[in-house]
Amino acid sequence: MLGMVATSVMRRTTDVAQQRRWISGAVIVALGLLCLWFFALQVPADMVSKYRFSGGGDAIQLPVVELPTSTTNLILAVLLVAVGILHAARGIKNSGVLFGAVAFFLLAIFLTWSIRGQSLNLTGLLESTLIRSIPFLLGALSGIMCERSGIINIAIEGMMLTAAFVSVIVASYFDNLWLGLAAGVASGALISGVHAVFSIRFKVDQIISGTVINIFAVGLTNFLNLRWLTPVQELNDSGTFSKVPLPGLAQIPVLGTVLFNQNILVYAAIVLMFVVNFLLFSTRWGLRTRAVGEHPKAADTLGVNVFRIRYTNVIFAGMLAALGGCFLTLASVGRFDKLMTNGRGFIALAAMIFGNWNPFGAFGASLLFGFMDSLQLKLQILTSVIPSEFLLMAPYLATMIVLAGVVGRVRPPAAEGVPYEKQ
Amino acid sequence: MPPILELRGITKRFPGVLANDHIDLTLNQGEIHALLGENGAGKSTLMNVLYGLYHPDEGEILIRDKPAHITGPRDAIAQGIGMVHQHFMLIPVFTVTENVMLGDESITNGVVLDRKKVAQEIRDLSVRYGLEVNPDLYIKDLSVGIQQRVEIIKLLYRKADILILDEPTAVLTPQEADDLFQVLRNLKAQGNSIIFITHKLREVLELADRITVLRLGKVVGSADPKSTNSAELARMMVGRSVILSVDKAPAQPKEVVLKVEHLTVRDPRAGDAVNDISFEVRAGEVLGIAGVQGNGQTELAQALTGLRAVESGRVTILGHDTTHATPRQLFELDVAHVPEDRQQDGLVLSFPVEDNLVLNEYYRPPFAQGISLNFKEIERAAAERLKEYDIRTPSIFVKTANLSGGNQQKVIVAREFTGPIKLLIASQPTRGLDVGSIEYIHNRIIEKRDAGTAVLLISNELDEIMSLSDRIAVMYKGRIIDTVNAAEATKEALGLLMAGVQQDAAHAPEISPELKTEMQDEIA
Ligand SMILES: Nc1ncnc2c1ncn2[C@@H]1O[C@H](COP(=O)(O)OP(=O)(O)OP(=O)(O)O)[C@@H](O)[C@H]1O
Ligand SMILES: [Mg+2]
Repeated sequence: MLGMVATSVMRRTTDVAQQRRWISGAVIVALGLLCLWFFALQVPADMVSKYRFSGGGDAIQLPVVELPTSTTNLILAVLLVAVGILHAARGIKNSGVLFGAVAFFLLAIFLTWSIRGQSLNLTGLLESTLIRSIPFLLGALSGIMCERSGIINIAIEGMMLTAAFVSVIVASYFDNLWLGLAAGVASGALISGVHAVFSIRFKVDQIISGTVINIFAVGLTNFLNLRWLTPVQELNDSGTFSKVPLPGLAQIPVLGTVLFNQNILVYAAIVLMFVVNFLLFSTRWGLRTRAVGEHPKAADTLGVNVFRIRYTNVIFAGMLAALGGCFLTLASVGRFDKLMTNGRGFIALAAMIFGNWNPFGAFGASLLFGFMDSLQLKLQILTSVIPSEFLLMAPYLATMIVLAGVVGRVRPPAAEGVPYEKQ
Repeated sequence: MPPILELRGITKRFPGVLANDHIDLTLNQGEIHALLGENGAGKSTLMNVLYGLYHPDEGEILIRDKPAHITGPRDAIAQGIGMVHQHFMLIPVFTVTENVMLGDESITNGVVLDRKKVAQEIRDLSVRYGLEVNPDLYIKDLSVGIQQRVEIIKLLYRKADILILDEPTAVLTPQEADDLFQVLRNLKAQGNSIIFITHKLREVLELADRITVLRLGKVVGSADPKSTNSAELARMMVGRSVILSVDKAPAQPKEVVLKVEHLTVRDPRAGDAVNDISFEVRAGEVLGIAGVQGNGQTELAQALTGLRAVESGRVTILGHDTTHATPRQLFELDVAHVPEDRQQDGLVLSFPVEDNLVLNEYYRPPFAQGISLNFKEIERAAAERLKEYDIRTPSIFVKTANLSGGNQQKVIVAREFTGPIKLLIASQPTRGLDVGSIEYIHNRIIEKRDAGTAVLLISNELDEIMSLSDRIAVMYKGRIIDTVNAAEATKEALGLLMAGVQQDAAHAPEISPELKTEMQDEIA
């Protein structure tokens, strides 16, 4: 039916942009109707979904919100349909706003439905969303640093994995988290240095160089894990950075728990996001970096040292990715497990692309992926309807959908992946 | 007074080519020195050596009477040398300000880029030299004429006083070129010294104080613009005399080949780029499209060749509806296309010359055999085309990016002109070519016409349009404002049409004397 609407619309109008609007509007309306039918009308009227906002130990206890599942979803679904109609009729210009609104309604409907007859701590969900988004953010910042200067970095995964391993072993051995952190970051710099030499000096295909590093990191950490960490368990117990509540701010309900009662690495990552953004768009270094990533020859003719910029950026990028790896160990579990990065480096790349190579955009995407990740965990506990194997796929599924949606809308640096040759 | 710049015995070899062979050149303070030479003569190479992009194999450079050690552009800039490259060196996604400040940034508060200050400096330079440009716009939104200004502002911002301009007028309209000359005279009056490369002899005679001619990497002579003429210069460049006008019999138009009906093409930035245009081109005739650049010619050519979506209207080629045809489908209908932007749409620069020479045809026999390519056949055909079109390259295996600008253009022309073409759509076909090559290509176009090809010629060069076309359509603001018979057309009348003045012959209004002299400047 949708197809018919779409084609008849196409015949009537010649305006391509309007055509697209009609189609996407129709898709949104269809989604809304589907939600209306399945998540609202199919739910028994007496079912209730409870949202909690405070944990057991919080000083200020907020009231629990009890929502009738069916009615709530009915309203949300109708609103979603309205968004679709509005977009088709008037056109919502800002695609971020549109995407955000649709995603919000879909998630809210799905969540309300999933917890029918049960209760969910929303603050806890948001808190874990932030924590889980940090490795994505750091990985994405690493990718941005690297690719803005024109070097593709798909080795983020390998750098994270190596740093995770190194940080745990050093922190356990010296019983010092900071030393572990430093060692982890240094290992990232080392590996990305190798990537830099391969891709800048020897002009090796950057995808191949990155892949080799990923494979190498998996092999090496697996092997050393087996050789050292499995027999000597004390080497695999680093402890973790504790939470540092910011005085005053941490007491704010909801917001305080989510934002201001985190460990030091979470704060560091957020600060780094601002720093990278500032560097990239407001400093000499950033201007030159972007120039080198877009049109190295032009930069060269103005006396910019293309090679130096690229080396510096790739190595710094490695350190950022490594920080993400250290986060997985020193800031969450305090031990190394085989293959523990579990594809996060690649999701970070997706976040970078989704964010159009901008730090803030990448953070938005990281939050989305982090949310899917923590939601998946919560739902595994809460519901038995959806098989947990399927839920485990959620973050990756979200990645795929998101990437499919942004293809053609974002633009990578023009000279990305092309080695620069001087005469 | 010693020269401000002196090149002594500069030699530069590339694999298989001696691009510069012991070249001596001097530049005096406050002069405009024109450098002429056929395509591949080594002009750009010499300038790149001077600018530090290439390292010479032999020779030395003296600046202000002192030996200069130029190991990279940074050294050249420090010596006061600035260069506008043959292919612009601008970053499309940066603003004018960012492009200008790159490499020599203004900083406030220790680390923050001072965009405001640079933008103000750009505005000041704009006013001072008559180079009007808005510093806040992105390069990708500017016409080539304005981009050219940005390139010049880049030099002035760095306080360069030895300016090198490598074919700055190749992409400009005659009006824009005149504006540029005014700027250059201004710069000269303020004591700057300029090296100016061009293939347009009229410009040389008008602008230069001294002329040096290169051929095959060597200096073959110099001339005084006051006592020479175009024909003599052409002979010096090419080594034979060049006939600068085209000799052609009246056209014998036959059946309609290209039929365009109510074509409208939209440009997302500027509304309707082509607005309800209708025309026909017949077999055996040349229809020239004249107009000031930016009046829809580019979009028209792109729409006809399948590179841009058609908004409404209909295009028919030999009875086939090709409104939404792909370039491949058009090629199958024997349509040839010389695109305006050679590096963007015409060539894969990283491919060897031989591949670019068969890039339209590689997929079918004799170049393809089943799923593989027949390299022997490709090499044979490439070598043949190389010879026929006198493309200067050490071999067909050289990366196309390493060819000189004019020779890159010849690669496209050679590819597109080969085979039985029924329709030729040529945008700026001789852009960047030397006079000898222009003569050759013009003759080929007429030859094709006489063999029954329908030719649609789009060019900024009014001379080219007038000497090749049988009919001339003038585009203004996306519409064809008039179509005239070439035999009866005058430069004055066309110039008025290009400026959007619709007229009837009896009441032709007076035109300004400047416009008139510009129009009367014949190439020969
Ligand atoms: N980077 C390069 N590598 C190899 N050969 C080159 C390179 N640059 C130029 N050449 C060769 O050197 C010769 C001179 O080229 P150059 O670009 O200096 O010519 P030009 O005089 O500027 O010609 P045009 O008028 O066509 O721009 C040509 O034969 C060209 O193929
Ligand atoms: Mg040149």
